[in-house]
Amino acid sequence: MTKKKPLAENQMLISILASVISIAVGLLFGFILLLILNPSKAGVGMSAMLTTGFGSLDKFGKVLYQAAPLMLCGLSVGFAFKTGLFNIGASGQYTMGAFFALIGAIVLHLPWWACLLLSCVGGGIWGIFPGLFKALFNVNEVITSIMFNWIGMFLVNLLLANTPIMLASAWGASNSDRTADLNVANPSAIIPKAGLDKLFGNSPWINISVFIAIAVAILMWFILQKTTFGYELKACGLNKEASRYAGINANRNIILSMIIAGALSGLGGGLYYLAGTIQYVLEKSVLGMGFDGIPVALLANSHPIGTIFSSLFISYIKVGGSAMQPNFSSETINIIIAVIIYLAAFALLMRGVIMKLLKKLAGKADKEVSA
Amino acid sequence: MLHITKEFPGIKANDDITLQLKKGEIHALLGENGAGKSTLMSVLFGLYQAEQGEIRKNGKTVHIKDPNEANRLGIGMVHQHFKLVECFTVLDNIILGVEDTKRGFLQYDSARKKVMELSQKYGLRVDPDALISDISVGMQQRVEILKMLYRDNEILIFDEPTAVLTPQEIKELMAIMRGFKEEGKSILFITHKLQEIMAVADRCSVLRKGKYIGTVDIANTTREELSRMMVGREVAFDIQKKSPQVGDVVLSVKDLVVASKAHNNNAVKGVSFEVHAGEIVCISGIEGNGQTELVYGLTGLEPVKSGSITLCGKDITHASIRERSKDGMSHIPEDRHKYGLVLDYTLEQNMVLQRYWEPEFQNHGVIRSQAVRKYAQKLIDKFDVRSGQGPVTIARSMSGGNQQKAIIAREIDKNPQLLVAVQPTRGLDVGAIEYIHQQLIAERDAGRAVLLISLELDEVRSLSDRILVIYEGEIVGDFEKAEMEELGLYMAGAKRQGKEAAK
Repeated sequence: MTKKKPLAENQMLISILASVISIAVGLLFGFILLLILNPSKAGVGMSAMLTTGFGSLDKFGKVLYQAAPLMLCGLSVGFAFKTGLFNIGASGQYTMGAFFALIGAIVLHLPWWACLLLSCVGGGIWGIFPGLFKALFNVNEVITSIMFNWIGMFLVNLLLANTPIMLASAWGASNSDRTADLNVANPSAIIPKAGLDKLFGNSPWINISVFIAIAVAILMWFILQKTTFGYELKACGLNKEASRYAGINANRNIILSMIIAGALSGLGGGLYYLAGTIQYVLEKSVLGMGFDGIPVALLANSHPIGTIFSSLFISYIKVGGSAMQPNFSSETINIIIAVIIYLAAFALLMRGVIMKLLKKLAGKADKEVSA
Repeated sequence: MLHITKEFPGIKANDDITLQLKKGEIHALLGENGAGKSTLMSVLFGLYQAEQGEIRKNGKTVHIKDPNEANRLGIGMVHQHFKLVECFTVLDNIILGVEDTKRGFLQYDSARKKVMELSQKYGLRVDPDALISDISVGMQQRVEILKMLYRDNEILIFDEPTAVLTPQEIKELMAIMRGFKEEGKSILFITHKLQEIMAVADRCSVLRKGKYIGTVDIANTTREELSRMMVGREVAFDIQKKSPQVGDVVLSVKDLVVASKAHNNNAVKGVSFEVHAGEIVCISGIEGNGQTELVYGLTGLEPVKSGSITLCGKDITHASIRERSKDGMSHIPEDRHKYGLVLDYTLEQNMVLQRYWEPEFQNHGVIRSQAVRKYAQKLIDKFDVRSGQGPVTIARSMSGGNQQKAIIAREIDKNPQLLVAVQPTRGLDVGAIEYIHQQLIAERDAGRAVLLISLELDEVRSLSDRILVIYEGEIVGDFEKAEMEELGLYMAGAKRQGKEAAK
């Protein structure tokens, strides 16, 4: 009989267990908060949050649809993190990606896949700047990327507002605060549904974007784990001096890593706005999707495959959250979601707790055996 | 400490070890790298909990759960890698954790007074207002010692305190330790330098591979016996080597100038020398005389200000690190944690750190993991690199000696024309030192050029075919064979060859 590996040494299982427990704790705290805010409706609210996603095929379709951009923003943050960079600029890159994709769709009349490629280019360009500043002048990428979030957002708004053809008003609609409906402007730019809509009860949300995102996640895993490029990037992230000693061009890798991270976020923007269901609205605040990429990456411990699951989870909670209206205000719901995500990100802490617990248990078992 | 056992995944670091420390003695703890010395002391200091065994102080059983508990019991420790807050001042670091406060405000004046008194009493010179990041390693160590004294500790643990010190500083430290002994304090002194034990310790306990070997009185023992106990076999102190078969010039350095990072002066001021195939040339000098910068300039870690470097006839003055590596330069770096290894990578990933891009290990950018595993296993076997889990061991979890062996394996197996070895045996035990010396000589005999940079005079004398003495960024002496005393004078700048001497 082969001896089974002790639980305490199975790192993979412990990581997953830690994430699951953290999520459970997060949900519990969310529920307590609901009880405090509105005791009579807490049960209804919680069950709405937890069941909506699986409640109907339509909603499940929405979960998958929202998971795709979240996944890419998570991959973006996680990828940069592996190289030792904190990409807080996913939001700006995401916005740029969306903008490039929409230009491709509405102005250039390109097919959907070309628009997606353009979104990568847009995000990638927005990733270059923090990378360049970091590599050449050692400016902290957190500062530059936050600045570029705002620059990106306002630049896109400015460009859109001055390009009448981009706006819905140019295509027979009355509102000029958002981009044109792709169904009118260029149906070929809408990401195909590949029959999934039939499977999901004619859900307007579902399309192949979640599969594209999963494919990209697997690709990222492959790059990080199996290629010399990934080896170099991780070496730079773990020990910049040693990678310099090994002849690795650290500055080149910082820039490349930020371009790739930017392209990932940008692709997320493309996937979100090329579904044909949501139009880009000219707002005065930075898009939250990019920031949601941070907990997605944290929850997955920056592991690309883990990102697939963490983004699905956060998307699920968000879809469930929006179903809590009107019993709870949208602000309350956002707080609850934030609490759940925040505690869910405690996975690392939880990991330590589990390890300690397992050791104690193992110690007891040993004593019993020896006694 | 009675019957202490401590296990880590894959390794039994301490196996039934008993150690007794008397009041007012200096007790040395001797063992190879990875023998479990540091682990045992960490158990005593409360950083680790032992699975078995008990600790008694003055006859009473004590449970040391954490370092605070150890402190209350009067046990203090100077770690091998100092635990200081870099951006705090010396005084801040000393009082950290035992701050004296009045209504929430720090009482700096009384603390300063006490620190200065202690500093004067034991001759521990420190500047209380200097930042840790600005002071020398030696002074950092004095801060660590003052930390223990400030807490009125009676049992002082020194974990390899001399590994980072210059010979002068070591001498000072020994005197300080003797002073503590006279005060009635007990000292546990972890080291693997035999001459230090012979010089300062009263008794010595020896560990080998996690097991307790024995305790001896220093008065009744010899260096040879101690090393036999530690390694488990006879160790050759004097290295046998054939006379060198000197070949063509491999490395030629002309008027090399390298800027200093610390100050505005140049650290290397117009150095010229040559290294031939089949010889070991040693650059010897007191720490901080430009050796580090010279190596950085040679290996490409820092840009060269002026002058030229030629490797096998090719000008590499401004070549990238990768190009130098391709042209046949191997570099065993001074700081193995900072440069030599990616500590969170596995052993096998570290083994290909310089070569992962070669066709042998990658195919169109995809790493051939089978080939890497096989290669790493080959090096592990060939160079006897010991670790908990073989090729997949995380480098951080390996002992210092085995980390160094891994680096040496990697650099030697690259088949370099020139091997630049900087302090290759720093912090290692005699067994590992002997092994590394043999490897360097084998490289020489295989017709490679070896440039050794070392602070250890013993090492310089026994290995080198030619000795260059560096003083304040200049080469002041070039010897085939030299007397120790003579070398010392050159190193201290009291004598120099060439133009000055001719005057």
